[in-house]
Amino acid sequence: MTATAESPAVGEVKAMQVTLRILRTNPEGTDDHAPGESYWQEFQVEAHATDRVLDALHKIKWEQDGSLAFRRSCAHGVCGSDAMRINARNRLACKTLLKDLNPAKPIIVEPIKGLPVEKDLIVDMEPFFASYREIMPFLVTTGNAPTRERLQSPEDRQRFDDTTKCILCAACTTSCPVFWTDGQYFGPQAIVGAHRFIFDSRDEGQWDRLEILNDKAGVWKCRTAFNCTEACPRGIEVTKAISEVKKVLTTGEI
Amino acid sequence: MMTAQPSVRPPRTPSGRTRRNAEKWSWVFMRITGPVLLILIVTHLFINLMTGDGISQIDFAFVAGKWASPLWQVWDLLMLVLALLHGGNGMRLLINDYAHHPWLRKVLHSALGIAVIGIIVLGALVIFSFDPCPVDADPSLLPSFCEDVR
Ligand code: HEM
Ligand code: SF4
Ligand code: FES
Repeated sequence: MTATAESPAVGEVKAMQVTLRILRTNPEGTDDHAPGESYWQEFQVEAHATDRVLDALHKIKWEQDGSLAFRRSCAHGVCGSDAMRINARNRLACKTLLKDLNPAKPIIVEPIKGLPVEKDLIVDMEPFFASYREIMPFLVTTGNAPTRERLQSPEDRQRFDDTTKCILCAACTTSCPVFWTDGQYFGPQAIVGAHRFIFDSRDEGQWDRLEILNDKAGVWKCRTAFNCTEACPRGIEVTKAISEVKKVLTTGEI
Repeated sequence: MMTAQPSVRPPRTPSGRTRRNAEKWSWVFMRITGPVLLILIVTHLFINLMTGDGISQIDFAFVAGKWASPLWQVWDLLMLVLALLHGGNGMRLLINDYAHHPWLRKVLHSALGIAVIGIIVLGALVIFSFDPCPVDADPSLLPSFCEDVR
């Protein structure tokens, strides 16, 4: 006797209808919409409560409207490609279950705010990455390179453990009200990226990075709104990291 | 081996770097004046509204009586100066956020600076040149000590 493949599945998850309201933009325009105009479009898909928003977007793209544009790569919360504004909060579509969103109502999906929209849910990430590059996100050392690993005590490592988890999804930076209004602010992610090296005992470029963040567009733009901490899909305590950088700058001690 | 540099957009205006630590001191200033203002304002409201006859005691005579004491003159001056510098600096931050054209920024910053200085000067003038016993006023509206002055 072989397995029970045909027997009724135990605890089967029921399929349901969900509506997605997506803010779309087409740079070339459509029959009904001018080039670059943003408009809402609703889609109905059949999905399971345990499906993710990304699955619903895939269903739309593969079965209903192939022109829907969004980024994704890993589909498992690792690559940071699919941050979007879902029901007015920044999240990764691949980590957001439909059942956590009240699927009885339309699920509202928008591109992340504050970066130029290229098409539908795809934004131009370049200003975001430019900020990251500016804080020099690489180990800076002097002298000869050692012949083996640069060792570090668990305590020293613990100081920046939280900020190593960043996947550069931009959920934090594009949830920040200061970033929305002021195109100049480095944004929470760049400060998280700097924190990861500033508090690393092996790094010697701390003060260069701190000097960059001491800028008018740097850490002092932060108003402690906590939007970034709430948005981070990796659970990084972003606001705390920013405060730690501010503290180093005010006390002069790392 | 040289690899091509990634092309970075024109860097953001490094305006803070020309005056080093300016934004840092602005931030520290807000943290210090905030709590000081909290104490000044809560005490001010408590004395004026909760003690004595409460809200119904506030009239010309009450204000005149308070400003006869150097403590309340200094208290109110401190409140005036700190609230305006704190509020003014806060508005400066908001202008930096929302005014994107350099000329608009300049106009708004100038208007703000003039308003802050103007209000501090006028307010300080009122506190220190205040006459509690104007000569031709109805005596029933004046503080009690005016009888001795006359
Ligand atoms: C009652 C006690 C007060 C406390 C504890 C307080 C505290 C603060 C703090 C800590 C900040 C800095 C926020 C940040 O940069 O993260 C701030 C900003 C500000 N404060 Fe106050 N403050 C007080 C009273 C006032 C008063 C009386 C005024 C107006 C005259 C005022 C106007 C402002 C403005 C306009 C900002 C800038 C807001 C922004 O940056 O978004 N505050 N306050
Ligand atoms: S700190 Fe969190 S929200 Fe911000 S880019 Fe990194 S992973 Fe994304
Ligand atoms: S697709 Fe990689 S993080 Fe969501």
